[in-house]
Amino acid sequence: MRRELRRVIGAEQVGPYTLLRIDRGGLDPGEPGQFFMLEAPGRVLPRPMSVCLAPAGELGFLIDPIGPGTRALCALEAGDELHVLGPLGNGFELTVERPLLVGGGIGIAPLPYLSRRLGSPPAILGFRSEWHAEAAALLPGAEVCVEPAYVTALLPDEPYDVLACGPEPMLAALRALAPEAQLAWEAPMACGYGACYGCAVEIEGELRRLCVEGPVLTARKDLVAVSN
Amino acid sequence: MLSATKSSVLLNASGCLDALTAPEVARSLDGFVTKTITPEPRGGNPPVRIAETDAGMLNAIGLANPGRERFLAETLPRLRGLGVPVWVSVGGFSAAEYAETCAALEGVAAIELNLSCPNVDEAPESAAAIVAACRAATTLPLYAKLSPAAWDIAEGARAVEAAGADGLSLVNTLRGLALDARTLRPALARGSGGYSGPALKPVALAAVYACAAAVELPIVGMGGVRTGLDALELLAAGASAVALGTILFSDPSAPERIRSELAAEAAARGLSNPLEARGLAHSSLQMGVSHPGNEVQKVPGNGRKVTA
Repeated sequence: MRRELRRVIGAEQVGPYTLLRIDRGGLDPGEPGQFFMLEAPGRVLPRPMSVCLAPAGELGFLIDPIGPGTRALCALEAGDELHVLGPLGNGFELTVERPLLVGGGIGIAPLPYLSRRLGSPPAILGFRSEWHAEAAALLPGAEVCVEPAYVTALLPDEPYDVLACGPEPMLAALRALAPEAQLAWEAPMACGYGACYGCAVEIEGELRRLCVEGPVLTARKDLVAVSN
Repeated sequence: MLSATKSSVLLNASGCLDALTAPEVARSLDGFVTKTITPEPRGGNPPVRIAETDAGMLNAIGLANPGRERFLAETLPRLRGLGVPVWVSVGGFSAAEYAETCAALEGVAAIELNLSCPNVDEAPESAAAIVAACRAATTLPLYAKLSPAAWDIAEGARAVEAAGADGLSLVNTLRGLALDARTLRPALARGSGGYSGPALKPVALAAVYACAAAVELPIVGMGGVRTGLDALELLAAGASAVALGTILFSDPSAPERIRSELAAEAAARGLSNPLEARGLAHSSLQMGVSHPGNEVQKVPGNGRKVTA
């Protein structure tokens, strides 16, 4: 991991989300599913964000403005600077035969980068509204559904290697339907590199740090929901 | 123990770094303080265990640790291999438990007794009783980590000094609570947690200042340190070392940065070594600050002048 001061190239609205594009500098973008800790302007702690896109010279992060840190990140403008730490965590296992990407809401964030690395495999995305579904533009060709329809209804009958990211109920439903699925979990993180012991989730009966053991985990492991 | 010849002495605050997952950060410190070890393994509290606040953060990790046996057999040998002095933070639920762990430790730089964690439900015996039991169990240096919640922390310092402590670690976290803005329910699963970060600095300074005046023990000062100037202030209050906690979460390069900032802040005040600032807050001497572009003359008791 490296910590660098990087310049914002731009911030584009994508439905309710913001795609924050940062000058990559010497940072290694890492593997799909890995994340960076982004300094949140005016806040004590940084925020963990998956790499959404990694074009040459850039890192792109898809951010949902749900709290003071994410709102501050979404308000950044071209030319602003922020510290960025990463790449962190463990990404998706890419040697899969029949990938199927499944995403829900802001959980689609790591999927565009993943899709490009896997040669644009089939993708199913679910959102809570048409406005949120505008983010599907980041994955051209994806099948999209909007609540009350759920992505699990769009899962094909044939076996696929599922790689997913989204809200816990979605991951839990996928876990039941596709036991071998690779699931990208989320947890509140203060540090992202194993120092704070804050991002604990239960794995195989033990509380383990998601930033060190994940965030991508196989559904087969015994996972308990993160939030209370 | 801490070397008096080092130009600055920086440690991490216990629980704010894992040397095995971030060895380069541990190596940038003068000593690594472990997560508190308890006799039995602990997974810690259920999620959510951390929450940010406006001027700090809360943690309710709950002393997650591998337990004494696994720590001694697996963790400690690996820590020794890093080449950084290791301080072991010891916790427990009775004086006997603390003492048992102390007795089992050898080949470490010091023991820090976690006497004041807000994240466990059971209250242990008095700090002095625990220190006394540990004193009888080991010849290793014993640093007592005290809570800033005491009405008169200097009294606690005198009590642990009398019980045989070799030093003080000031301060542990304060009990705090955050409510989720949407639900108005506690953000942490356990309810309250330990409050740390910038808001704690005046609390840490007050504790160090009071205890430095009350006892002769060396003090590791900590609480909200973000810059070299913050560290210099703790030294001036009476500390002889400084520990970095919350800042490590947002900036793993903080030890290097703060070390060089501390040296620059000391030099700007005419000090050849940051440790020369130790206790200056208690002194009646006037001190001026010299930065490039201004000339400051001070006339301290020893007649030294500082010019830019």
